[in-house]
Amino acid sequence: MHSITLNGQVYELDVPDDMPLLWAIRDVLGFTGTKFGCGISQCGACTMHLEGMPIRSCSTPVSAATGKNVTTIEGIGDDPVGRQVQKAWVDVGVAQCGYCQCGQVMSATALLQRIPKPDDEAIEGFMSGNICRCGTYNRIKTAIHQAASKLEEE
Amino acid sequence: MKPSYRNFNLTNQTLDRRDFIKGVGATGALILAANWTWAQEEERKYGGEGMPGGTVEDPKVFVRINEDGTVAITCARSEMGQGIRTSLALVVADELEADWDLCRVEQAFGDQDLYGNQDTDGSRSMRHWFMPMRRCGAAARAILEQAAADQWKVAVSEVRASRHKVVHQKSGREIGYGELAESAAKTPVPSDEAIKLKSPEDFRYIGQEQTLNIDGMDMISGRATYGADLRFDDMHFAVVARPPVFGSVVESFDSSEALKVNGVVKVIEIEGKKAPSEFHPLGGIAVVATNTWAAIKGREALKIQWSASENDGYDSTTYRQAMEKAAQNPGKLIRNVGDVDQALAQAESKFSATYYMPHIAHAPMEPPAAIALFKDGFLEIWAPSQAPQVTRQRVAERVGLPLEKTRVNVTLLGGGFGRKSKPDFVIEAAELAQQFPGRAIQVQWTREDDIHHDYLHTVSAERLEAGFDAEGNATSWLHRSVAPTILGIFAPDQVHQAGFELGMGFNNAPFDIPNMRMENPGIPVHVRVGWFRSVSNIPRAFAVQSFISELADEAGEDHKEFYLKLLGKNRQIDPREMTDDWNHGENPKLYPVDTGRLRKVVDTATREAGWGKKLPKGRGMGLAAHYSFVTYVAAVLEVEVLDGGTLIIHNANMAVDCGPQINPDRIRSQMEGSCVMGIGLATTGEISFAGGKAQQSNFHDYQVPRIPLAPKKIAIHLVDPGKGVELGGVGEPGVPPVAPALCNAIFAATGKRIRELPIRDQLG
Repeated sequence: MHSITLNGQVYELDVPDDMPLLWAIRDVLGFTGTKFGCGISQCGACTMHLEGMPIRSCSTPVSAATGKNVTTIEGIGDDPVGRQVQKAWVDVGVAQCGYCQCGQVMSATALLQRIPKPDDEAIEGFMSGNICRCGTYNRIKTAIHQAASKLEEE
Repeated sequence: MKPSYRNFNLTNQTLDRRDFIKGVGATGALILAANWTWAQEEERKYGGEGMPGGTVEDPKVFVRINEDGTVAITCARSEMGQGIRTSLALVVADELEADWDLCRVEQAFGDQDLYGNQDTDGSRSMRHWFMPMRRCGAAARAILEQAAADQWKVAVSEVRASRHKVVHQKSGREIGYGELAESAAKTPVPSDEAIKLKSPEDFRYIGQEQTLNIDGMDMISGRATYGADLRFDDMHFAVVARPPVFGSVVESFDSSEALKVNGVVKVIEIEGKKAPSEFHPLGGIAVVATNTWAAIKGREALKIQWSASENDGYDSTTYRQAMEKAAQNPGKLIRNVGDVDQALAQAESKFSATYYMPHIAHAPMEPPAAIALFKDGFLEIWAPSQAPQVTRQRVAERVGLPLEKTRVNVTLLGGGFGRKSKPDFVIEAAELAQQFPGRAIQVQWTREDDIHHDYLHTVSAERLEAGFDAEGNATSWLHRSVAPTILGIFAPDQVHQAGFELGMGFNNAPFDIPNMRMENPGIPVHVRVGWFRSVSNIPRAFAVQSFISELADEAGEDHKEFYLKLLGKNRQIDPREMTDDWNHGENPKLYPVDTGRLRKVVDTATREAGWGKKLPKGRGMGLAAHYSFVTYVAAVLEVEVLDGGTLIIHNANMAVDCGPQINPDRIRSQMEGSCVMGIGLATTGEISFAGGKAQQSNFHDYQVPRIPLAPKKIAIHLVDPGKGVELGGVGEPGVPPVAPALCNAIFAATGKRIRELPIRDQLG
């Protein structure tokens, strides 16, 4: 039995130790905001925060999250940085199909939590693990800059 | 068991939707014959009317006024990132004089009789549905006005709908749409003559600069529903082991170890279909489990003996050699103007080159996935489908249910690019659901499944030869295109390309050259070839636009000027004169190929890019232009190649003439995305085969662009189409010119000519 705190709420998970967090949260707990993209930490669609660290949940076993805090896209709006990132995403019209964007938002939030005013190079470095097949990269950059500015104003 | 729907935000229409239209005399869909008689020109229908199911504009089908004042607009086209749920709803809302904030979008299920054609592909949604949706919105507005007039007992000519209410100016009375909901529902649809379209200067949403996305917040908060996101109580999850080589089947299998995996419930064989397998599943062994992880682990534990296949010998290296050899020799004649052989024999100078482009995989970020629930003899499906009506039909046939007992709900698509027009993965879910009555079954494709079993973009060799006279004028053009055809999934023994493949930048090359010949040598098909965003336009634009750059370089002329000279004077060409009877399904009289519009996008893109300006060492600018999906696009890329071969793309300027621009922001976003996708297929896109098996499996070896490879700046320039021009496509036509513009820029920067995609380490 694994006990994880997901978006502030404690859940008991009766699953094998090696089940990736992604499937435990999507299939067993039923929160489907986090997406499956590759299963091998290549695309970032499944990005969650584990104790504030961005992780690829498709390759992180449940056992690594036992007793820890996990934040998913469903909870990121409660974070002031996450909220501004979401707002910027809407304002800039980043999303096309939207499928990768939950992971993008999770990564961008983690970026701004660490580097409040990233330049383009820092954004490219931090966000290069998140693939967007629709090719929304330029708007992602714009939105991150916008969120950074708004957060600075706050 | 009741569907929970707790996370199904993409509100689907309810089954009793038809009840709403009772008593209004609406017959629903305009049903048109699906089979065109191409020879009988006068009977042929074009555009939306030419599609199976045609178009429908009945407001009672697409619009519902709710008593709370909200307006529900039904979108019957699938949302896959092009923004169609927003854009079509904006069109209706504008004509309806509705406030956008009070509009909701409901997604239609697959039903061609009710909604008309639902094939979300071919860059057709806005092109075919703009006018029907305008008339639909205008008719709904007329209904509201009539309902208000009846209530006030005044002439309908005295009232006017404006901004979500109807106003009677004489008396100063006004009434909100919500208050009219009940009476409007009983008011008949007005006659065609009574429907008055708004004047374009009164548009509030159509053509306006705005960044709107009806699903925007849902998409980035985890609330949006994609193909694998609906959750039911006690649902099961399945993955399928499919044949490693196309055409192979299960000879025997041992599921004993798989069944020992904790969570695995059942192992079921799914039957494949021999080629041509159309949209049928590949067949294989499904592992059904209580969660996706258990299903994946169970599949790993399967022992399967696969049969030999006639495609075991499919090898990309030898196949390429066969294609290039075929391109050296005459093939099926497609278009012939003048006498190319004689002109080449008499040419002062000649030049030829062959361009190769491999298979590529769609790899939408959402791998194929679908959910099916078979209950009380009724099969209900939730799927990210580009063609829910086709899906419904194929599913019904396959599982042996009448259409009325089959329903296909459309979720959001996590990318489509043509892959999700093919319902093989949905049929898998349907078949499994039949084995578990009352229980929802989700089929999940892993990324490896997606890459190995895609309906791949074709692979191609394009050979071009041109001859010039002593003054440097082009006198001959010989183009041979060799590529396995999409027809291979529909019919046996197909070696030649279909009209729709040829009409993608091959026979309809609009150059002013007196002698032109296009030939299509045959080549057999060994995999499932399908349509990938912009389809055969990709290799054609790559070859033709690279070739012209090479010719300009040979002649020592500026590429842009050389290209415009080949285009010749501004003229409108009937595509049939170029043997293109297809013309993207559009009326050749309304949609001629207009070299003036092509020239204008070239002029715009080059001007905005600063074409001809001096660039720092190591940098270069490349141009390409292409006409496809009745839209004109030119791209200019500025690149830098660092020592060691690292490619930096500094600027992309794209000029687009897609006719009237309905939602400019989404046109730009489609072009931005096309630019990145084009860069991806040019730099790293390749699926190769050895021993009949795809050699790539996931994003580590099938690489798609990441953020550092995107242009540092992308500028999209929307070109004024001028008056009297019809709508063009948007989703696809941005892709084709990008790869050649990139390769031409690399040539300008380094002198290295790319004739083979992907570029990969050719710069190192």
